[in-house]
Amino acid sequence: MSTRSEISSSEVVSAPAPRASAWSAGSEYALPALALVGLVVLWEIAVWLFRIPRFALPPPSAILAEAWAQRAQLPGHTWTTLWETLAGFALSVAIGVPLAVLITWSPFLRNTIYPLLVVTQSVPKVAIAPLIVIFMGVGQMPKIVVAFLVAFFPIVVDTATGLSAVPPDLLDLSRSLKASRLQEFIKIRFPTAVPFMFSGMKVAVALSVVGAVVGEFVQADKGLGYLIVVSTTYWRTSLAFAAMVVLSLMGIALFAVVALVERVWFRWYSVE
Amino acid sequence: MIAIAAASKTYATRGGERVRALDPIDLDVGQNEFVVLVGPSGCGKSTLLKMVAGLIAPTTGSIQVHGTAVDGPREDVGIVFQSPVLLNWRNVLDNVLFPIEILKRDVRAHRGVASDLISLAGLAGFETKHPRELSGGMQQRVAICRALIHDPTVLLMDEPFGALDALTREEMSVELLRIWEERKKTILFVTHSIGEAVLLADRVVVMSPRPGRVSRIIRVSLPRPRTMATESTSEFRDHVDEIRDLIFGSRQRAGAAR
Repeated sequence: MSTRSEISSSEVVSAPAPRASAWSAGSEYALPALALVGLVVLWEIAVWLFRIPRFALPPPSAILAEAWAQRAQLPGHTWTTLWETLAGFALSVAIGVPLAVLITWSPFLRNTIYPLLVVTQSVPKVAIAPLIVIFMGVGQMPKIVVAFLVAFFPIVVDTATGLSAVPPDLLDLSRSLKASRLQEFIKIRFPTAVPFMFSGMKVAVALSVVGAVVGEFVQADKGLGYLIVVSTTYWRTSLAFAAMVVLSLMGIALFAVVALVERVWFRWYSVE
Repeated sequence: MIAIAAASKTYATRGGERVRALDPIDLDVGQNEFVVLVGPSGCGKSTLLKMVAGLIAPTTGSIQVHGTAVDGPREDVGIVFQSPVLLNWRNVLDNVLFPIEILKRDVRAHRGVASDLISLAGLAGFETKHPRELSGGMQQRVAICRALIHDPTVLLMDEPFGALDALTREEMSVELLRIWEERKKTILFVTHSIGEAVLLADRVVVMSPRPGRVSRIIRVSLPRPRTMATESTSEFRDHVDEIRDLIFGSRQRAGAAR
């Protein structure tokens, strides 16, 4: 028995030789960073070399300078978009997960709701956005709703997949113990679905950013999407780029937060 | 203990065709008897086991456990499947206690029982480990503990060692016999392995496929307790040969360059 435990513990920490692992750990972050820096430098040189007009493609240095010049107003726009994104994402989880449960619970609902969901997904959300503004008026609510509409589908699909990913033998086991459907969902299906939910949420949080920006494109007086529309109207391309950089940083950060919650959850979840 | 009377199973395929999985079967299993169903794929042995478990209903005939008809799952039956199907998010102890939770019995009062079972299965010290930290054989030991926690009188095992490597498999068979000597149960056990069947069984039910039926029931008179040494006795090999002949036919065996 002791030899077995040694085997299993060595599997847990199974890492290649120290030198190799240090190199791969370093290259995991160093290589993408180097590639990014290289690209930025190349961009700067290319703009200067080919005398590209600034309104068409500003060099990274100009974008950085513009962001610095606008440091007073950028945080406000960022906060607006972040809030719409988070609210839309929260809504998509709050509605998407129960919807997935309903679809898995009842074959009737699966056959009625699910096809409708697929149909709604085939309509481009960008096309719905102006209608949402008509329905809901100005303010942040229509942006939140667009973010929700864009983001909730992956959560429904992934959660429903997870709820159905229980091995048949495990369901037989719970049936053999006369488990109720509620017990089956709470004690077996839901915990099985958690990893699937997280992969759905990682996609959804990135899509929420897209939804919020699309909502702002249609009608807004604040937010990074609004800033992009306004600055391109006045040929202030470097400001549009600055807003885009902030947007992508926001998307990366939100994705990282979900991934972090997943990691922390799983530490508690599977290995204590 | 288990009384199977003319139980058969016919499935309807999608095309509406009716396929007979199991011809009417008669089989009685006595209290604390160890009966092994052996046969090739498609002989309906797992179907028969699931009917005894009350997970599927026989098309004709009846099955009784403890003198009452099986009309659905029941609490006096424990099941072990081919895959351990443990709950990966729970540690060993909480996996073993899972049936107690589902049956809404007192979980705290059963902690001692669970610990005793875990020790009996040779897993003492692993209570707080998670399934993915255990080897396949150890996971299946946990599954056996889980099947025994609510103290069923009947234990149904559907190829429980089928997914393990040959060495672990042999070890687990002997382990199961040891556990069974300590906690006597009526066991109905399904396997593909002839050697495993002979080593474990009081009686081996040899089944043949399409449609599934019992071709013969063989009483294994090898003395207990049986160990790995039992497998090198001539009686053991005689039983194995007899069953192999039943399954493959003596002609084919002669042709296999013996």
